[in-house]
Amino acid sequence: MYDPRPTKYPMPVQDPERRRNSFGEVALGYDEETAVKEASRCLHCKARPCMNGCPVSVRIPDFIAEIAAGNFEGAYGIIAETSSLPAVCGRVCPQEKQCEKFCVRGGKGEPVGIGRLERFAADYHYAHAKEGTDLPARNGHRVAVVGSGPAGLACAGELAKRGCEVTVFEALHEAGGVLMYGIPEFRLPKEIVEREIGRLRSLGVKIETDSVIGRLYTVEELKTELGFEAVFLGTGAGLPRFMGIKGEGAKGVFSANEYLTRANLMKAYEEDSETPIYRGKRVAVVGGGNVAMDAARMARRLGAEVTIVYRRGMEELPARREEVEHAKEEGIAFRLLANPVEILTDGDNNAIGLKCVEMELGQPDGSGRRSPVARVGSEFTIEADCVIMALGTSPNPLIRATTEGLATGPHGEIAADEEGRTSLEGVFAGGDAVTGSATVILAMGAGKRAAESIIRYLKGRK
Amino acid sequence: MVRILTRRELNPNVTMIEVEAPRIAEKALAGQFVILRVDGRGERIPLTIAGTDRERGAVAVIFQVVGGTTMALNEKRAGDTLADFVGPLGNPTDIAGVKKAVVVGGGVGCAIALPVARRLKEAGAAVHSVIGFRSKEFVILAEEFRALSDSFAVTTDDGIFGERGNVCLPLKKLLEEETFDAVYAIGPLPMMKFVAAATEPYRVRTIASMNPIMIDGTGMCGCCRVRVGGEMKFACVDGPDFDAHKIDFDEAIARNRAYLSFEAEARERHCNLYKKENN
Ligand SMILES: Cc1cc2nc3c(=O)[nH]c(=O)nc-3n(C[C@H](O)[C@H](O)[C@H](O)COP(=O)(O)OP(=O)(O)OC[C@H]3O[C@@H](n4cnc5c(N)ncnc54)[C@H](O)[C@@H]3O)c2cc1C
Ligand SMILES: Cc1cc2nc3c(=O)[nH]c(=O)nc-3n(C[C@H](O)[C@H](O)[C@H](O)COP(=O)(O)OP(=O)(O)OC[C@H]3O[C@@H](n4cnc5c(N)ncnc54)[C@H](O)[C@@H]3O)c2cc1C
Ligand code: FES
Repeated sequence: MYDPRPTKYPMPVQDPERRRNSFGEVALGYDEETAVKEASRCLHCKARPCMNGCPVSVRIPDFIAEIAAGNFEGAYGIIAETSSLPAVCGRVCPQEKQCEKFCVRGGKGEPVGIGRLERFAADYHYAHAKEGTDLPARNGHRVAVVGSGPAGLACAGELAKRGCEVTVFEALHEAGGVLMYGIPEFRLPKEIVEREIGRLRSLGVKIETDSVIGRLYTVEELKTELGFEAVFLGTGAGLPRFMGIKGEGAKGVFSANEYLTRANLMKAYEEDSETPIYRGKRVAVVGGGNVAMDAARMARRLGAEVTIVYRRGMEELPARREEVEHAKEEGIAFRLLANPVEILTDGDNNAIGLKCVEMELGQPDGSGRRSPVARVGSEFTIEADCVIMALGTSPNPLIRATTEGLATGPHGEIAADEEGRTSLEGVFAGGDAVTGSATVILAMGAGKRAAESIIRYLKGRK
Repeated sequence: MVRILTRRELNPNVTMIEVEAPRIAEKALAGQFVILRVDGRGERIPLTIAGTDRERGAVAVIFQVVGGTTMALNEKRAGDTLADFVGPLGNPTDIAGVKKAVVVGGGVGCAIALPVARRLKEAGAAVHSVIGFRSKEFVILAEEFRALSDSFAVTTDDGIFGERGNVCLPLKKLLEEETFDAVYAIGPLPMMKFVAAATEPYRVRTIASMNPIMIDGTGMCGCCRVRVGGEMKFACVDGPDFDAHKIDFDEAIARNRAYLSFEAEARERHCNLYKKENN
């Protein structure tokens, strides 16, 4: 039965007051009844515009129909045909720029809550389904996957399902990539990531943590010494950028990656963790993406007054809408159209403030974005004993520095075609390592596509 | 999980352990380091590879007890395990074309300097060593250095052992008398800063091994950033060795103290085991 309600059924969330000190997940998810109601808002248009917005073409109207009919497991099955990480993507995809952007219901009122429904179906599945542990029949091919972020995980999962013997090499002590070290618990519970990794293990995938490729083994050695027939590089884009302004080397200045890694991977916020985290009283976060929101909200939970400093306006914030809303609810201040020019320090090289200039948006550039220009004489200072730089990242440097013959682009990204083939035979790549920092779903899609192409390559060799 | 094979105390503050890590032993070169975690709740700390034994699959590290993690590490015995041991990380020390070198080690830095001296020697270079300590009881590896060096000097601040003063005096004497292709300085930041200043007038290539605070060791967090020649470099992937004449030592010294108060707390927790040498 069609539900004409113009807006999404509200998502239950943890109380904003309480979550300032809570590291638990903020959005709590639909119950069955609400999910069915929300699913009934779908018009089932013939053209299926939502699917065009999905980077991996999930059959959205079909899975929504299953939810509306109360067949939640069936809904999950449909999503899982094309997505390897539904519980993750339902939580972190920028739906307002993808599927939901094209939803006809969004024309008047709000689009169908596709992300929320995806999350519901995935959570339902994990709560109820018993996964078979049938190992796929082995095809005798051995493949190495470097990096265990969404790209590596998706690639490894797909290859394992096709019968390849897969080993994932991960530099850190835990698998999961950004899902583990970057995106905080309050947005993506680590339990979900661990479950995905457990699923891969049950498919027979070997995961070797503490293994830095390029140092321990080069890509070449993975093939020659360890005998892997193909290698997939999903090493991500973790190299943080800095602004190059005065004072960036001061104490109290961090990259968002450092701050979030200390908090998420090293659990620095927990009482018994040995890893220190700098508990600033006044924290300024520079940047406007998801990373900036996460760092700001983490700092807030660690007890700070937090200001986000961004050089464009509210409309231009690249972060997921929902995260911006949550950040505001949690009392984070936004200083928009402002750009730092210097980090002020005391005599002992501690950060004490951020000197900024006001910006105004000029004419749209080639990409249609209006680029900000500084207003002369508009300098002002924000007090801050901690400054977190969330200015974006570039592809991780180690592989390109240690792999001879691997073609890379101007920003250090690994050059790969649509199918993930690099300049080296038998070496494939995908995810942020190829595109620069992008999204979980794009990385996952690239990993899956590369797996297909690896299978073709292996067949061609035999 | 990796197992500790052997453990030996070199002085009251400095301990050497050998860890079973055959893959790392196979690949490691002088100047590279590992990152380890003692247990699942622990911090990740970098330690330089002090030696390898490929046959036994052993990797040696030598560490000074300075804070929580090194204290916890010092409590471990042969047969115990460590949660993580990652490496080899960083670039090996560049010895290409060096025929005659001075290796300067300070304090626990001597543990890092020794494999560099050894590798130079194996490559056929003449090696002159100058090592320095606060006092006699902290002297480590002096015999090892003496045995492989073409000339050898050891200093202590109080002069009870070796020459009195710091490493710069014997170093300057060497530089006055002869010309060298390179000087390798490995030790506390203030020492490396002084060595850099001492060698500058002689225009001899000087390489310092930087030891900033690190987390991942793969270029992902940026906390190991050091300013070299006005540019920001990441010690874990671009280093740890840099041209000493271009390093902004003052910034590096300030940055290394970033977590001082937190460490004081961690020390409290382990206080009955705490022993400290202030270098
Ligand atoms: C804080 C933060 C918040 C984000 N929020 C969102 C969001 O809400 N929605 C969204 O869609 N996207 C978000 N993103 C972006 C998204 O997480 C990434 O686009 C995605 O994780 C990229 O996946 P990947 O597999 O390519 O790389 P990564 O997830 O970066 O994984 C790469 C892995 O490779 C490992 N590695 C690197 N070098 C080596 C080596 N030499 N040897 C072995 N292993 C190596 C790394 O340790 C890492 O585990 C966010 C990113 C961050 C940092
Ligand atoms: C590439 C590299 C190689 C290293 N090799 C060795 C080695 O071979 N042997 C060895 O004993 N140490 C080495 N260090 C230093 C070692 O990593 C630190 O002493 C260790 O992290 C301290 O941990 P902790 O928890 O015991 O002390 P903390 O509680 O973290 O610190 C205690 C005291 O040590 C200082 N400190 C913290 N981190 C560092 C650091 N990275 N360098 C210098 N001082 C620091 C703090 O300011 C504080 O005063 C190396 C560091 C790097 C980056
Ligand atoms: S240790 Fe994180 S970038 Fe070097």
